[in-house]
Amino acid sequence: MTSIEFRKDLFADERDDTLKEIGKPTIRQDILGHVTGRTPYYDDHLFDGLLHMRAVRAPHHHAEIRSIDTSAAERMPGVRRVATAKDVPNNLNTLLSLINFGRDDEPLCAHSKVRYLGEAVAWVIADTERQARDAVAQVRVDYAVLPHVLDVEEAIAPNAPVVNEVYPNNTFDYHDKYDHQKLRFGDVNAAFARADHVIEAEYQMSPIEQAPIETCGAIAAPETNDRFVCYTNTQALFFSLGTTAKLLDIASSRLHFVGGTAGGGFGGKVDSIVEPTAVLGALLTGRPVKFAWDRYEEMQVGAPRGGERWRLKDGVMNDGTIIAREFTGFFDSGAYMRLSPYAIIKGTGHLPGPYSIQNVASNVYCCITNRTPATAMRGFGITAVDFAIECQMDRVAEVVGMNPVELRIKNAYRDGDMKAHRRLAKNTALIECCQVAAGKAAWPISSEAAAQSSLQGGGVAERGLIPESVTDEEGKIGERRMGRVASAAPSIHATGRVPAGVQGTATKAVPVQNPDMQIDADRVGHGVDATEPEVSQPALAPQVSHDVRPPWDAPKPIHPAPVVTPPVASPSPVSAPRPAPPYKPAEPFSRGVKRPGSSPFTSGFRRR
Amino acid sequence: MAKTPVTFTLNDAEAALFVDQGAPLIDVLRRGSGDLTPKQGCSQGTCGACTVLIDGVPHLSCLTLADTVQGRHVQTTGGLAEGPDLHPLQTAFMEGFAAQCGFCTSGMLMAAKSLLDRTPNPSRDDVIEAISGNLCRCTGYEPIVDAILTAAAQIQRRPVR
Amino acid sequence: MLSVETYQTIAEADAAMGQGGRYLAGGTIVMRAVNYGDQSFHRILRATQPERGIGSDANGVRIGAATTMADILGHADVAFLHPIARLIGGPAIRNMATVGGNLFAQNPYGDMAAALLALDAKVEMSNGQAQPIESFLMDRTHMRGLVNAVSIPRPQPGTFFFRKVSRVKPKGVSVMSVAALLRHGDARVVFGNMAPCPVRTKAAERALASGANPGTLEAACAVCTEGLSPVDDALASAWYRMQVAPVHLRRLFETGKVF
Repeated sequence: MTSIEFRKDLFADERDDTLKEIGKPTIRQDILGHVTGRTPYYDDHLFDGLLHMRAVRAPHHHAEIRSIDTSAAERMPGVRRVATAKDVPNNLNTLLSLINFGRDDEPLCAHSKVRYLGEAVAWVIADTERQARDAVAQVRVDYAVLPHVLDVEEAIAPNAPVVNEVYPNNTFDYHDKYDHQKLRFGDVNAAFARADHVIEAEYQMSPIEQAPIETCGAIAAPETNDRFVCYTNTQALFFSLGTTAKLLDIASSRLHFVGGTAGGGFGGKVDSIVEPTAVLGALLTGRPVKFAWDRYEEMQVGAPRGGERWRLKDGVMNDGTIIAREFTGFFDSGAYMRLSPYAIIKGTGHLPGPYSIQNVASNVYCCITNRTPATAMRGFGITAVDFAIECQMDRVAEVVGMNPVELRIKNAYRDGDMKAHRRLAKNTALIECCQVAAGKAAWPISSEAAAQSSLQGGGVAERGLIPESVTDEEGKIGERRMGRVASAAPSIHATGRVPAGVQGTATKAVPVQNPDMQIDADRVGHGVDATEPEVSQPALAPQVSHDVRPPWDAPKPIHPAPVVTPPVASPSPVSAPRPAPPYKPAEPFSRGVKRPGSSPFTSGFRRR
Repeated sequence: MAKTPVTFTLNDAEAALFVDQGAPLIDVLRRGSGDLTPKQGCSQGTCGACTVLIDGVPHLSCLTLADTVQGRHVQTTGGLAEGPDLHPLQTAFMEGFAAQCGFCTSGMLMAAKSLLDRTPNPSRDDVIEAISGNLCRCTGYEPIVDAILTAAAQIQRRPVR
Repeated sequence: MLSVETYQTIAEADAAMGQGGRYLAGGTIVMRAVNYGDQSFHRILRATQPERGIGSDANGVRIGAATTMADILGHADVAFLHPIARLIGGPAIRNMATVGGNLFAQNPYGDMAAALLALDAKVEMSNGQAQPIESFLMDRTHMRGLVNAVSIPRPQPGTFFFRKVSRVKPKGVSVMSVAALLRHGDARVVFGNMAPCPVRTKAAERALASGANPGTLEAACAVCTEGLSPVDDALASAWYRMQVAPVHLRRLFETGKVF
């Protein structure tokens, strides 16, 4: 049995020691089910007349679909229905649209073309799995094979084939302006010029499949109340429900999702593909339908942790102080975005690793290729760059001739240090981790290194300040494709300067992509003054502001995009909390019926 | 579709079922007999989640043609406990944190039972070999090996039922 | 639509093979194909009394095609095959997988077939005819007829070598397997998973014909990849396999002696 060691000598003041559960073995509440084999996984729900759904999958990385002939498959024994893209009511989505991020870029079922090997182009629903497989083999798809691109840097070259027309530059568009996520802190090029050593290296991590022992799957069935039940092993139940509602254009109130038990996930069960597919099957046949990936599909079609390539460039002084670190990162998103653009934002916030470095710059690209789309897996967005950073630390130690643990302790961030994303480091513990690890491994470190503490020396002088930072506008959307950008690395030509100490402010809100996400002030339901029932702009509710409508907003949207005004810092003139009036819906609730003018899928607020 | 009658003993009870031609044993156990304890992980003999004992030795129920168990004795995790009394392996897995997601557990238990039935006092290497055909992607192998050794000791101390 | 036909003997099954049939022995190959919807057959033929068991005399051993890897491990007469049988699958697979089936196992499986090729086995078909395993393996994809048994000349002590290279231990499929039989003036050197079927590497055999010593081994390693045509798979690239093949041939004689 592994044991947890509590080092109460470290950070003794940071928490009280009245822990009741942590540190003591506690029997898992689900373990009796596991050892008796009675834990109900999604496929342990038995339905009479269960039908089996299988996908017809593309044999090419990139191909135009000229035609699909399902007639032979429809005549096969046991076949109840063959479905294609035209059977999906709203066949375009991006996973993060549910949190208002990114453009819809991915169909549930490919239509005009396929963008990765194994993409679904049709489905067969039959009485048995074998009959479904036999019929899948009879679906004839006429493809015109297109040139494909499988490498991140080849994908962003000017002559690369366009993989996904929603993002025609093969990159995600960051902030509607750049083809990459920028981070600028200080002036790396000035620091490189005065560094004793400049150390450059490239690191790469291949895609990694989560490979849960239970593959992704779902069973959907009509219920007696005009709803559909869906048993699923999703890791993101409400995400899957919302995605299903959107793709199938069905009120979320008509979906009854049951989950919570997965035979392993590790990030590979968040993509919400099997759930809408199974519910579609149930919609089309009126019968219980199971849609599950086999092992081959899990490995080939199931989204892996995306491959990443990182180039690091460090400016280092002879004493081991790292004065500058520059990153050029390429994240392989595969053919569709899913969670990758978010992973890059997360990863950028993590740079330059747990070290106090005064000059940092990074350009990170979310590249679209003809590979299987990438998704979550255990610290995605961080793992590969951490691998690169720590390999680089060892390389730096070798160049300057330092003990690699002491090099880390020397550069480690401490409480009060300013990080490159302009937030103060707190609760830091790298120094103590290095000291304890060195002790456990009997790795000698100097008495000076052993005496360091995360609690001391942080935030001293420039360590706690935001430096003057150089900026550039290189890499605007589309420029690279036109051959106007020579390098993927952060520009060496500064075109602007942000004064020292400036935190940076959000200048505009993310556009509301899908109208259901727009929160009407009168639907917030709290904080409306009873004496002023007409108040339409509660202090914290989003406001629609027409004069600051951002240029990227469509001229006359049906649902105008609101611009979120941050809470005013000055004291509110309202001194007492306002009692809430009784809520009056604009229309009576009507389960399962789409409210005119509003989107049918989940809002998370109330059932419509 | 033509169906074939198959009769066999499932955990000491008679089972008589009509099976689809070509169906693997796991489908018959799960959908036919309603014994949901064997789990389908790969359908290709890699993961071991569907391991059952046929005439006392481990087989992969996903690769066993259902027709071939005619007249034979099939044991699954569903028959491991005796009434409310858990098998020592189950108790050891429970108390030793030898399951996380639980999906490999049924197969692990059957592989382990087969080992302990034949080798009451196994070495650690014997245990590792015995579960070498069973994958745990939560990678909790060490607690599983420990639990099997614990159960072996437990069975040794007290007469086997 | 699948059907299952059950016969008593393998000869009866053989006679009924016809179109769209596939013979099922232990199931580890055929049921996998069934589960994944293989469209190349729609009839499963099986025999209730195939030849299963091991017989031996002074000259060699005869192993029924339906003999499982676990059967081999339980039989002292074929101790020279124990290290190979033990490296195939996990315990459940070894209770199911047969020697006859292994002769048809596609890459990355088929370690027993590689060993039998090195051992100069003969394959006895259900019509009674026997043929050398080498020509059998070359023809196996369009083979007509079923295998009844294999017979193996008993190797002299200290002459048979086998090594399986895998990334997962104790159970893992092959990056490659290497087997060799050194007889007087004659060497058989076999690579598994380095070509469409297990193959002899004749250039290395010529180098080792006078026995394995540092000089002949070096010469054999220099030429052992001649004629090999591995492919990329999830375990290793073809390039990697070609690079490390000589390394594993060398290690075969350092650590791979099994009998």
